[in-house]
Amino acid sequence: MGRGKQQNGPTQTAAAANGGRTLTKARHQGGGTPAELGLHVWGVFAAVVALTLGTRFYKLEEPDHICWDETHFGKMGSYYINRTFFFDVHPPLGKMLIGLAGHLTGYDGAFPFEKPGDKYGDTKYVGMRSFCVSLGSTVVPLAFLTVWELTWSLPAATLAAALLLLDTGCLTLSQYILLDPIMLCFIMGAVFCQSKFDSVSNRPFSVWWWVWMCGAGCFIALAFSVKFVGLFIILWVGLKTVSDLWDLLGDLTLPLLVIFKHFLARTVCLIVLPAAIYITCFAIHFHTLYKSGSGDGFMSSAFQSTLEGNKLYQANMPEDIAYGSTITLKNYRPAGGLLHSHWHLYPEGLGAQQQQITAYTHKDDNNLWIIKRYDRNPIAEDPVQFVKNGDLVRLEHVATQRNLHTHQEPAPITKRHFQVTGYGENGTGDINDIWKVEVVGGAEKSRIKTVRSKVRFIHYMTGCALHSHSKTLPKWGWEQLEVTCNPFTRDKNNLWNIEDHINNQLPNGTFAVYQPSFLGKLLESHAVMVQGNSGLKAKEGEVTSQPWQWPLNYRVIWWGNLASLAGAMLVFLVEAVRTQRGFVDPPPLAEKKCSTLSAARWMAMGWALHYLPFYFMGRVLYFHHYFPAMLFQSMLTAIMYDYFLLVVEHKTQPRIHRRIHQWGTAFIFVIILYSFYLFHPLSYGMFGPLADNETSPMYGLKWMESWEI
Amino acid sequence: MPSHHHKKNRDPHRSKHSHRHHVTPKQQDRTASTSEETRGVDDDDNSSLSVEREDTSSLSGNGSEVGSVESRDQGDGASAIEPSLDSAAVKWVGPVRAPLLSIKTEINIPLVLLTVVAMATRMWRLEYPNSVVFDEMHFGRFASMYIRRTFFFDVHPPLGKLIIAFGAYLGDFSGNFTWERIGADYPSAVPVWYLRLFPALFGSLLVPLTYQTTVELGYNHWTATLAGGMVLFENSLVTQSRFLLIDSFLLFFILATLLCLLKFWRLKHSPFSPSWWAWLAGTGAMLACACSVKYVGVFTVLLVGGMIFHELWTLIGDKRLTVHDLTSHFLARAGLLAVLPVLLYLLLFNLHLELANRSGPHDEMMTSAFQATLEGGLSRITKSQPVSIAYGSQITLRHTHGMFLGRPCWLHSHLSTYPVRYHDNRGSSAQQQVTCYSFKDINNWWIVKDPRRTTLYVDDPPKLIHHGDIIQLVHGTSSRALNSHNVAAPVSPYSQEVTCYIDYNISLPAQNLWRVELVDSADEGDTWKSIQSHIRLVHVNTTAALKVSGLQLPDWGFHQLEVVSDRLIQQDATVWNVEEHKYTQVDQADVVGNNEETFNQATYEDTMDDQPLMGFLGKFAELQWKMLSTNKELQQEHKYSSSPAEWPLMERGVAYWLHPRTNAQIHFMGNPLVWWSGVVGILGYVALLGVFLVRRRRACFDMDDESWQRYILTGELVLGGWVLHYVPFFLMERTLFLHHYLPALVFKILLLAVMVENIHTHVLRWPVHRHVFSALCAVWVTCIYFTYRKFAPLTYGNSDLSADEVTDLKWLESWDLLIQVL
Repeated sequence: MGRGKQQNGPTQTAAAANGGRTLTKARHQGGGTPAELGLHVWGVFAAVVALTLGTRFYKLEEPDHICWDETHFGKMGSYYINRTFFFDVHPPLGKMLIGLAGHLTGYDGAFPFEKPGDKYGDTKYVGMRSFCVSLGSTVVPLAFLTVWELTWSLPAATLAAALLLLDTGCLTLSQYILLDPIMLCFIMGAVFCQSKFDSVSNRPFSVWWWVWMCGAGCFIALAFSVKFVGLFIILWVGLKTVSDLWDLLGDLTLPLLVIFKHFLARTVCLIVLPAAIYITCFAIHFHTLYKSGSGDGFMSSAFQSTLEGNKLYQANMPEDIAYGSTITLKNYRPAGGLLHSHWHLYPEGLGAQQQQITAYTHKDDNNLWIIKRYDRNPIAEDPVQFVKNGDLVRLEHVATQRNLHTHQEPAPITKRHFQVTGYGENGTGDINDIWKVEVVGGAEKSRIKTVRSKVRFIHYMTGCALHSHSKTLPKWGWEQLEVTCNPFTRDKNNLWNIEDHINNQLPNGTFAVYQPSFLGKLLESHAVMVQGNSGLKAKEGEVTSQPWQWPLNYRVIWWGNLASLAGAMLVFLVEAVRTQRGFVDPPPLAEKKCSTLSAARWMAMGWALHYLPFYFMGRVLYFHHYFPAMLFQSMLTAIMYDYFLLVVEHKTQPRIHRRIHQWGTAFIFVIILYSFYLFHPLSYGMFGPLADNETSPMYGLKWMESWEI
Repeated sequence: MPSHHHKKNRDPHRSKHSHRHHVTPKQQDRTASTSEETRGVDDDDNSSLSVEREDTSSLSGNGSEVGSVESRDQGDGASAIEPSLDSAAVKWVGPVRAPLLSIKTEINIPLVLLTVVAMATRMWRLEYPNSVVFDEMHFGRFASMYIRRTFFFDVHPPLGKLIIAFGAYLGDFSGNFTWERIGADYPSAVPVWYLRLFPALFGSLLVPLTYQTTVELGYNHWTATLAGGMVLFENSLVTQSRFLLIDSFLLFFILATLLCLLKFWRLKHSPFSPSWWAWLAGTGAMLACACSVKYVGVFTVLLVGGMIFHELWTLIGDKRLTVHDLTSHFLARAGLLAVLPVLLYLLLFNLHLELANRSGPHDEMMTSAFQATLEGGLSRITKSQPVSIAYGSQITLRHTHGMFLGRPCWLHSHLSTYPVRYHDNRGSSAQQQVTCYSFKDINNWWIVKDPRRTTLYVDDPPKLIHHGDIIQLVHGTSSRALNSHNVAAPVSPYSQEVTCYIDYNISLPAQNLWRVELVDSADEGDTWKSIQSHIRLVHVNTTAALKVSGLQLPDWGFHQLEVVSDRLIQQDATVWNVEEHKYTQVDQADVVGNNEETFNQATYEDTMDDQPLMGFLGKFAELQWKMLSTNKELQQEHKYSSSPAEWPLMERGVAYWLHPRTNAQIHFMGNPLVWWSGVVGILGYVALLGVFLVRRRRACFDMDDESWQRYILTGELVLGGWVLHYVPFFLMERTLFLHHYLPALVFKILLLAVMVENIHTHVLRWPVHRHVFSALCAVWVTCIYFTYRKFAPLTYGNSDLSADEVTDLKWLESWDLLIQVL
């Protein structure tokens, strides 16, 4: 679309927008409709599809052991089949689909998926891989169709398809049970729908107009439901929509009502519909996973009470806390941990070198505490005496027999809070072990209820409140959550609830735990995911990488893409300066150029949106995070090639032009094929010794020192 | 603003602008009729804007008498644009002859008043409290260092500290005060007033600068007074200006950059005129100063860079300009906004290094070559030692680039051996430990031995060592040779162990040959020299380089640093240099290290005295690199640190000082009313921008083109400035305090003031609304003043507050005001 200079004033831009729309029309008529080129194009398209399926499904069952992250996603697929609750940092759709595919192809969910390298044996894993590879394969034909839609140029469309088809990284990534092929498919689908939608923008509110817009809406929702990286494709579609609406707004021939209808249509199709799909995914997720499983500890006590098999499900334990009860304490906030201690001291230089107190999200015997009177240790003969609101108590860690203690030393990370330690021997400590129990909203001297009471522990001497939050301790604290004593007692993270309660003197009773609503569960699982995402730190010796290395890494195709990206930026700059200086191309070239460059600009935007944000991410990054950006980059390369041919066509003699066209295209394809030939052993599984060895087929492929082959 | 009229008419000494206001009633009709959108132009402020438009734009072509006299009256800038108008008027009336000698003065009373009050607020009882307040500890210490001309290392560039040191120099400060802890009382020898003078002065000048910048942005003098007033009564700016801190310099230079830039743009119709050059150079110079006070100035560079880029882009679009013109424009800006600041920055560093040229406590953070340029210290030890390393040299090897817990380290060995088994059950060679030790020690001495001979003394003439030569290194006190082999190192198991070889008669043979590789052999010539040459020692058998892993050994290694050899040779951690150096004499070859007599003066001629010292650029590069890499390491949380998200609403202050006995305290915090209104100003700007953009898109023009340009320029410069000086802090991992928000705060205040005018002029259509709005503004301004008064005890720390009074000031629960238990 012609987006002219902003400072020209609205009328001109509006005219340009109009021009853009008529241009689209002209392209349909003049550039040759698909029907005219018909057989030719469909022939190539069929070849692309055939080749894609051929390369992707070839040797699919190899290797017959768990590869890399298959251990995670295969396992999670199994969880869905077994219906056990788990926790993961990604939204559920991708894993649900894997589980579904496994279920449909006869996998029973029994394989443990323990670690990479385990043999599959009799497990029916091929079904899941086939599902992933099918979705991964759609990327290539969709790229073909998208570029065709944007340029109506067969060489460009073929080039885009070839770049993805013959890229060994893309090939490898689609062949295993991973989320990435699913994600790439949805991203590509969204781009395709959006480009189709642009083509029919001259016929607003027609059937196809609605279909493609809803398509784009669905795909962005699906992409986002697989991984949060889908946010970037949402941004891309969003920006494109905003720019579209801006053009419409500048078109003074359109009455405001029509513009409002446009706006409303987009709100429904691109916001409401995707949100509904996303929420539906979670609804299915919660509905499917109704049994207690490995993810319980991450969730609040209330959430756990909805899981069959969990202790809190139709809770069966003493309800009122008494002195001498053994309890676990859960930090009352989304993704809160359980109060925890272990036989390790705080390191030198960080407050007193006493025993560490942390919050831990997994269930473990080190989370158990005994609640005692403030003035003496319990004796077996004591009559049962309930803990009441406002009582002074001490908490003794069961495993190490140390009391929960705090003093006026800064906490290890949050310096403005006080350090909390485990102190004393065999349950005998000092006056700093005394805490006052405060129940939120509880009457004076009321009893304290398991799960249902929200409790504050106020330190008797300093007046601060036991506190935990999402900051993790460094390695010395096993990367568990920090526990401090917060002088600001009304902080909402100071609340705790009793999760487990064991007391042999009290009768077990069943009591109803307040069950969270669907919305509550949704919000809670998001809070947990956000915390999990930021907590992903690299373990030592793991294969991580820096974003700047990604475009450089691997293979000819990537370097070609990189060169074309640089070329594109240069072309954008030159064209911008030309426009600013007032150069005008002859009309036919100008129109073609305008549409091609606009397409290229959006592709470059897509690349930037899927690449640059990684620089600002704190979490651990892997090389495969680059693949969505690489999709855009490949299409950009193809479009830039079309631009090159276009300029050559208008600036040189027809004879020379044809020669450049033919030889150039042939040259590029040969190069891509050759690189595929060189690197194909990498994707179809390795054989032979490591690349350092001269006899290996990999020798000489180690083009950069940082590659780990 | 009705009060405006009365005041103006009574006061004959009003500034030029009040003159303009005077004629506006006459002017008004004409303006309204000539401008294209006839709107209700019945307000004072608005008409003054209209006059301005007439002066500067070509609309005023139908030269009116009043208009032309008016534009002459203005004198500067505007009248230069339309000289023909003047001459036309002069022809009619006849020239008024100028007196022979005359000085025309204009006194802008509000500006003067603002400046005077600013000085008063900033300098009132400047010497109180007479003790070290907060970061005065650091900056005061640096000032003492300058006075004593001692080298020191700091993460901030030198200009701020230089200015403070100048104040100290004026006050005859001898530098004899230790600045040990916050709260320590100053003895009478410390000229507190002089030390705090310059921060207060620059802080006061911030007020008139704000005023002038607002005027240059194209807003009227009421707005400018409002902006100046808000800066004036902003408690945080007062606090930060009253002590030995460098932020007020930074703020001053940032705003001065902005002012120069605006002045420069005002002259865009007369490019390449002397004043055009002057303001451009001024922009560059102020920019350099801002960057030389604190690196926050880099955000200002980004702002100015972006604006200049935008301006160039507009120039490219101007088809009247030839390519040659464009090139000149580009080169002028590149020269004065890029090259000039860099030169100034280098100049300031040069001054810093010239002034602080004596050895001091931070010497050891720098490389040996750098240290050798400082008077005293290392250079005293090394100056008479031989330069070229020869077979038989006794040396200490310093790890060139490593800095562990703020200290360098030297290659070291001692009689203890590696434990046979580590706690993770890996085995070692059990040979003698080699470590890197952070203190000077007799065990740091090594002798360079020729592998082909058994003797350890230096020949006459000495056999020098060249790039690529093979040597052995014999440990001085234990006489064992440096060795490495294919055994995993103790703490970093992916590297090789380094030992001093002990022959246990098992299958581990000695592998003690090392190749000397000069890191930059092309520059340094071919021989290995002490101090200057940076070398790597590459193990001959395994081609691994001697390296410090940066990790500490456990108890058995006395917590010294681990030395390993690593196959990855090209890294900074493998670079070493010789620091101390002696030649071994023939007969005492076996007694080494401590004895002054062991080296033989006769056998060498070139001593360190004759060697060229490290040049300025080399020193600068090293210092700069160290400053940038150290900045990253300040990560610890502080009791009063805060996160950027807490800043706009001022959720936490910083306790600066507390009276030893009473509750009198200085707490760094702003004027809450200004901070909170500022947020409204920002939101208001963005919301209004959105509305205007959409309406203009639908061809509804709410304001004339010039006002629109001004509105956009305000957004780019002021809102852009706020964003650039605020958002990057979210990406920083160092400890942050509320005072890091101050540059953004100044932008926020500017934006707030101009938003008041924009709402008054462009949003409100009816006079009644405008009057009500003006009245509300008056109330609001009064409230700002009283809030300032209310929090003044925390700003000046002069009144002994009762616990209740402190609690009364605690408007937000999260403010950590201190209450002493008496």
